[in-house]
Amino acid sequence: MVNITAYLLVGAALFGIGVIGVMMSRNIIVLLMSVELMLNAANLVIVAFSRALSLMDGHAFVFLVLTVAAAEAAVGLAMVITIYNNRKSVNIDRYNLLKW
Amino acid sequence: MTLDGIIFIVSAFVALFGAIMMVLQRNAVSSVLYFILSLVAQAALYVQLGAVFVSAILIIVYSGAILVLFLFVIMLLNLRGDEDLGKPSPPLNNLTKYILAIGLTVELGFIIKSTIFARTVPTGVMGGGFEEFGSAEQVATLLFTRYLYPFELTSILLLAAIVGAVIIAKKERTDEVEGKQKPDSSKESKSEMMVEEAPN
Repeated sequence: MVNITAYLLVGAALFGIGVIGVMMSRNIIVLLMSVELMLNAANLVIVAFSRALSLMDGHAFVFLVLTVAAAEAAVGLAMVITIYNNRKSVNIDRYNLLKW
Repeated sequence: MTLDGIIFIVSAFVALFGAIMMVLQRNAVSSVLYFILSLVAQAALYVQLGAVFVSAILIIVYSGAILVLFLFVIMLLNLRGDEDLGKPSPPLNNLTKYILAIGLTVELGFIIKSTIFARTVPTGVMGGGFEEFGSAEQVATLLFTRYLYPFELTSILLLAAIVGAVIIAKKERTDEVEGKQKPDSSKESKSEMMVEEAPN
């Protein structure tokens, strides 16, 4: 028997790794994957609470979050392709057109 | 230690290991593969929590479709892991980032540790009620009754994402490009003239 707190701690650790990835990575593709990792950590916590409360509603939420993650990946990767065609680089520091 | 505990510890360790290696890898392809490893371990955790359908969705849709999309883009951009990523940030910046991220994680951990949940139901494969809870039928019933409107709205979201992705990634048409690149076209015409002159 595993307590619910252990699952929440794993979710928090995954979220923290995602935050580190977003802040540290210089490759735009790794950055997008780190965002996906943070969404996954949230999903794990939702499912854990859904089990603890014996309510199925969390599974529907996870389904919706997965849809949002898929949409985000599709649009984000399309933007990466377009910017790569202009800049010939996946380095985030080169993507500075909107920087003041 | 019970079987549940062993399964949990192994799955959690693999999930965290895959996530850490994903961030640390320099080559984007191995980064994606480590993320898939982490996702498979997370799917094991989901099964342990009784969410069988969601874990199957995670494997099929996430590692089967979304991460293959990432791999496809990496192939399209022809990234080999040796591209120029610029100078690393100064150590002080890196230290600030680490302190912020690890501080956030430790804070989350303290909040979780200090909270006493009203109903601490033990979880695990032996938790009981495994066949009913989390099956595809139960999730579908919820999605088509109580959460019908959000479920239908996701179709609009997906449609917007598809149209947006196609329009953003579409290459510009050649006649539009020619209008913008005047010097190149004049150079081309000059070279054509030279080619015509050459035989004479």
